[in-house]
Amino acid sequence: MIQKSRPAPLSRRRLLAVPAVLALVLAAACSNSSSGSKGSSGAVPTLTGDCAKYQAYAGHSGTKVTMYASILSPESDSLEKSWAEFSSCTGIKISYEGSNDFESQLQVRVTGGNAPDFAIIPQPGLLAQMVKSGKAVKPPTQTVANEGKWSPVWKTYGSVNGTFYAAPMSANMKSLVWYSPKAFKASGYQVPQTWADLMALSDRIAKAGGGKPWCGGIGSGTATGWPATDWLEEAVLGSYGGDVYDQWVGHQVKFGDPKIISALQTVAGWMQNPAWVNGGFGDVKSIATTTFQDAGTPILSNKCWMLQQASFYQAQWPKGTKIGPDGDIFAFHLPAVNPAVANPVEGGGEFLTAFSNRPEVQAVQNYLSSSDWASSRVKVSTGWVSANQGVDKSLYTDPIDKLSAESLTDPTATFRFDASDLMPAAVGAAQEWKSLTKWFAEGQAIPKVAADIDAAWPQ
Amino acid sequence: MSDAAMPTSGPTPKAQPTPKTQPTPKASSAPKTGPARPGVKAVRSSFSGPLASVFVIAVTVLWTIPTFGLLATSLRPKEAVASSGWWEVFVHPDMILSNYHTVLFEGGFGVSGGLMPYLVNSLAISVPATVFPLVLSAMAAYALAWVRFKGSDTVFFVIFALQVVPLQMALIPLLQLFSGGAHLGSVTVLPALDLGGTYVPVWLAHTMFALPLATFLLHNFISQLPRDLMEAAVVDGASHFKIFRSIVLPLCTPALASFAIFEFLWVWNDLLVALTFAGGTPEAAPMTVRLAQLSGSFGGRWELLTAGAFLSLIVPLIVFFSLQRYFVRGLLAGSVKG
Repeated sequence: MIQKSRPAPLSRRRLLAVPAVLALVLAAACSNSSSGSKGSSGAVPTLTGDCAKYQAYAGHSGTKVTMYASILSPESDSLEKSWAEFSSCTGIKISYEGSNDFESQLQVRVTGGNAPDFAIIPQPGLLAQMVKSGKAVKPPTQTVANEGKWSPVWKTYGSVNGTFYAAPMSANMKSLVWYSPKAFKASGYQVPQTWADLMALSDRIAKAGGGKPWCGGIGSGTATGWPATDWLEEAVLGSYGGDVYDQWVGHQVKFGDPKIISALQTVAGWMQNPAWVNGGFGDVKSIATTTFQDAGTPILSNKCWMLQQASFYQAQWPKGTKIGPDGDIFAFHLPAVNPAVANPVEGGGEFLTAFSNRPEVQAVQNYLSSSDWASSRVKVSTGWVSANQGVDKSLYTDPIDKLSAESLTDPTATFRFDASDLMPAAVGAAQEWKSLTKWFAEGQAIPKVAADIDAAWPQ
Repeated sequence: MSDAAMPTSGPTPKAQPTPKTQPTPKASSAPKTGPARPGVKAVRSSFSGPLASVFVIAVTVLWTIPTFGLLATSLRPKEAVASSGWWEVFVHPDMILSNYHTVLFEGGFGVSGGLMPYLVNSLAISVPATVFPLVLSAMAAYALAWVRFKGSDTVFFVIFALQVVPLQMALIPLLQLFSGGAHLGSVTVLPALDLGGTYVPVWLAHTMFALPLATFLLHNFISQLPRDLMEAAVVDGASHFKIFRSIVLPLCTPALASFAIFEFLWVWNDLLVALTFAGGTPEAAPMTVRLAQLSGSFGGRWELLTAGAFLSLIVPLIVFFSLQRYFVRGLLAGSVKG
């Protein structure tokens, strides 16, 4: 089709090749910005004054490490402030980069051979993938020792196939119920201590007629459905305890198992009870169309009484909302469905994974796993909790942080990591979201929901 | 392109000199381009009738409403946006500029100037990433059209075929090439280039992805230039470079301009390539990357997005309006033959 009107040639003289432009550009850019590790031949300098406490990390002045994470400004600003003093004392620059495409971009960069020195990974499943790629590096012994201050279950979440890779940096608590202490007081309601109390209270509120007891929203863009997975996880952990939960995560207990079916029924009797939800928004189906960020707003106008949502929901309350035990908004620990399960705490966390073992990278890794750094971060701003036993709880100034920290470090608590973050991504970050959303939006039957999720489990 | 593909084009124009023989910027007023056939005339008059005008105005207004809503939203305080629609702006015109102020001047930790460094990055990425493919493909198109050498048809078809390779497929291999170099056994074909944190990988990637389409479009345009012109130039002793520079380039300005707009807008709005090759640091990341992060980890600062989106619109609008008179004409000229 092109030759038809092809012009006749003019001459056989050749054209000069001109892509030299690009070659020049390439050559010019070959001078690089990489921070080659210094041949630490010189003596380690002695740090004095305020810097003395960083002596253990000294000797890497003039180096740079890169860090990649999903935490964005303004939240990441506090993170950078927390290690600013460390950086200026030791001379190790930490170049931080946040992205909300972190999960996919990290895989692109690692397989592309462009891995950052550190990644802050919030999903143990993603950590396992990174280890599988062969690029993740085991931590130095000091980091392993520092990690010992977290409760032992955390080590398993930072490990892949029994080998410890990543120390936890932060923890968050998901087993919270947000409510309005003011409204509770005015109506004479008590914070429930057991699941039976909670159900009785819900019933009482529903019968009183002033707004429905629960509100919820599972909308979250392409991740729509994740808050519903939390509800199911609370029900499984609170009904059967840690062992069954672990087997469920490992798919020894399937979604179709009578235990999980019964947990789904528990959720149905709670968050799909037409008399109880969806305060301020409409019927049960409106849960699927309400975004999780908006879900709690009706509590402020007394159209709804309670919302089950993680500690990080705190950021969603409008400015000026007084949060505290006697304020506009506070939270209580969601009680266990089965009183025999001791103090179940479902939560999440972030793990610092290294992709290099240069000495300055290891120094930063050691520092960020220490309770000194955790305390420094707690001091910078609220909305951040460490489950490190070495952090003084009096440093927490925010009541929700304090509540979370107490529950997370409670030695009697049964802490378990968010199951959907532990399951294979095809289930925990895809099919489970989809099926549970359908369950809420279309009222699909429970056995069908369970069967769909089981079918998506990779063989 | 082929006549067979256009059954409605009337008498086959195979032998007739192409109607676009003078596509200089001055070539103007569409109605004059030859005796229009009756069908065409009917279509033309129906387009300029009062009914059509009303229709066009209605569509334009309809299409502008969302953009206007965006502008109105960007000027309203957060609480107002959360509680009522943007049309309330007519009833309660409480406008603020604080969203723009935050976006423009407040950055994260250690970043001053808000959006400014990213704006500079965007320009530093978009301009070279538009110029490189334009220069290379114009030369390639000329060579493929007017310089006869063995296998030129094959080369052209390979370039044409390369358009079907999806960009996403090439991202990781390209990244591996940039960060690890290329090796054949123990022989290093291309050394590992340490380009992290610079614009170079983004330029290269955009240039590579743009070349097939650019070469194809410009080839079709350049190959239709009248042969007499070229022959006259050769008789006068002009070299290929002279012909390219003095005859071909001025004549294909519309095609170049339209492709420049096309490519510039594409690069300016691109997020994927920038995210993969430039990363998200203020040293190299363009505005799109910054906009994607603007609302924070939990979407707490969503009110900034409308203002950010509006600021990122300004430069493409300037480019479009300064070059738009070439746009439609140039693109059609390159893509449709005969």
